[in-house]
Amino acid sequence: MLEALDLTIRYDERVAVANVSLKLTSGKIVAVIGPNGAGKSTLLRALNGQLRRSSGAVLLDGVPIEKFSRRTIGRRIAVVAQEAELRFPVTVLEFVLGGRYAWANNAGWGWETGRDLRVAEEVLDETELAELSGRLMNELSGGERQRAVLARALATEASFLLLDEPTANLDLSHQATLLALVRNRCDQQHSAALVVTHDINLAAQFADHILLLKQGRVIEAGPPREVLTPELLREVFAVTVLVDAHPVTGAPRVTPVHGGTS
Amino acid sequence: MTRRVTLRRTLIACGALALAVLAAIVLMSLLGSEQLPARASLCALLSAGANPCGLGRDQYDILFQLRLPRILLAAAVGASLATAGASYQALLRNPLAEPYLLGVSNGAAVGTMIALVFFGANEWTRPVLAFAGALLATLAVYQLARGRAGATPERLVLAGVIVTTFLSSAIVFITTLMDATRIRSFTFWLLGDLSGASSTLLPVVIAIAVLGTVALTLNARSLNLLMLGERDAFDLGVEVGRVRIVVFIVASLLVGTSVAASGSVGYVGLVVPHLIRLSLGSDNRLSIPASALGGGLFVIVADTVARTVIAPRELPVGAITALIGAPLFIYLLKRV
Repeated sequence: MLEALDLTIRYDERVAVANVSLKLTSGKIVAVIGPNGAGKSTLLRALNGQLRRSSGAVLLDGVPIEKFSRRTIGRRIAVVAQEAELRFPVTVLEFVLGGRYAWANNAGWGWETGRDLRVAEEVLDETELAELSGRLMNELSGGERQRAVLARALATEASFLLLDEPTANLDLSHQATLLALVRNRCDQQHSAALVVTHDINLAAQFADHILLLKQGRVIEAGPPREVLTPELLREVFAVTVLVDAHPVTGAPRVTPVHGGTS
Repeated sequence: MTRRVTLRRTLIACGALALAVLAAIVLMSLLGSEQLPARASLCALLSAGANPCGLGRDQYDILFQLRLPRILLAAAVGASLATAGASYQALLRNPLAEPYLLGVSNGAAVGTMIALVFFGANEWTRPVLAFAGALLATLAVYQLARGRAGATPERLVLAGVIVTTFLSSAIVFITTLMDATRIRSFTFWLLGDLSGASSTLLPVVIAIAVLGTVALTLNARSLNLLMLGERDAFDLGVEVGRVRIVVFIVASLLVGTSVAASGSVGYVGLVVPHLIRLSLGSDNRLSIPASALGGGLFVIVADTVARTVIAPRELPVGAITALIGAPLFIYLLKRV
């Protein structure tokens, strides 16, 4: 289990995350939503042990995360972020094999083992990139590239997936495909995922649990149905919304009401 | 489509390059203002100098006292600079990072000059102070280039220009402290000059080139991830801070010793890794050792051109490498 306990993070004087607690448990997807600057990405980075906490704790299986080496964390927690611009030519397979780094006997040196290659092949199949494995990353479309970033995260075989705006540059069909892949991992391999997103409807559809953040504080946390109410969303986003049930999935569906800014 | 880099592919590529370096060492030692008889020279070289094979006393000395040390120095300097360049590029995620352009070579030059002016009698102080100078310049450029959004290629190049020009004025200042008779040889040395192959420093430069290349190759897999982004590398399990320190120290050592021995030979760290990546791919497990060998080859050939093209006069080898490197830099700048 990966959890944050009463976590507070400050950048100089500004409080980015204030007294946030959350748990990632196997098989579940937690979505974090909130306006720009609410501290969503900061929370994600803190869960990965990247940011210094001002107070509170991040526990990996009950042990403070700073007790683990980066390689151990790399095997347990995978991050899918907006990938940085690539300045060197790298093939899709090489890129995905990067996810096997933390499993090498000697981290700095060494060659991929047969197992590394097998895992890479599996995740390339899973993300439907097998045909493109020899292509260069910068020849791929935005959607294919984002799938490769997910494939690399899956190749780590980490039990916790932290996704930061994974669908930001994707078209409609790819958004759903990507989250379906994450859902699949959680259901079949008992992984746990945290998804930071601006897309409330996508969160409603895929998440088991939603954390609604504003200015670093948790305004509400719970199942989508309880969190995605017109009152709470107005409080957080300062916009009037209509919430009804999705005609197919029954998940809450949020539609901003035009001209309804309060 | 590029093929995945494996141990086998690395050994084949590096083996072929190593053979090319050996061939260049032998062939280039026959060329020069003084023509040496090819067959006798080859025979003497293959016997490692034990058998003069009919070479005259002067010819034997030219071959073993002048050319061979100079060519070995060229190989070691080329290997050091190219390896340092390849690892700076991966670490800083910037194809334009190069010891000379970042000001690291100038830092080493200032260190060497301080050693010459203040500790002239002790040859060992030169590589030590050159290393210190290179490391300080590296840290200065790194700090200057780091903006809020990380180091962009442009920012890094600008930081390099600032550090280079600042150190250049330090060099001018130290030059004024020297007596006029030495200034000409200094100007040559500053541009990269292998003619002063010193017998005491040569083994040190060779040893550092080999050990440094090994040390950086041992971090190649981490550099592969750093090349894609510092945060990505961190997320995937790379101890980013540790790798950065290793690269800064080892690369400064490589640049420091080679500058102490031969001045600032520019653009080697840019040209060679670029050509290696272009032909063999970006995987540092292959491109770092291959850059070392390619760098050796490149500087051996460049120095042979430098000492033969207007023979019996000589050019500093840095003039030749810059002639090739500067246009390539412009080409790369247009692409990043």
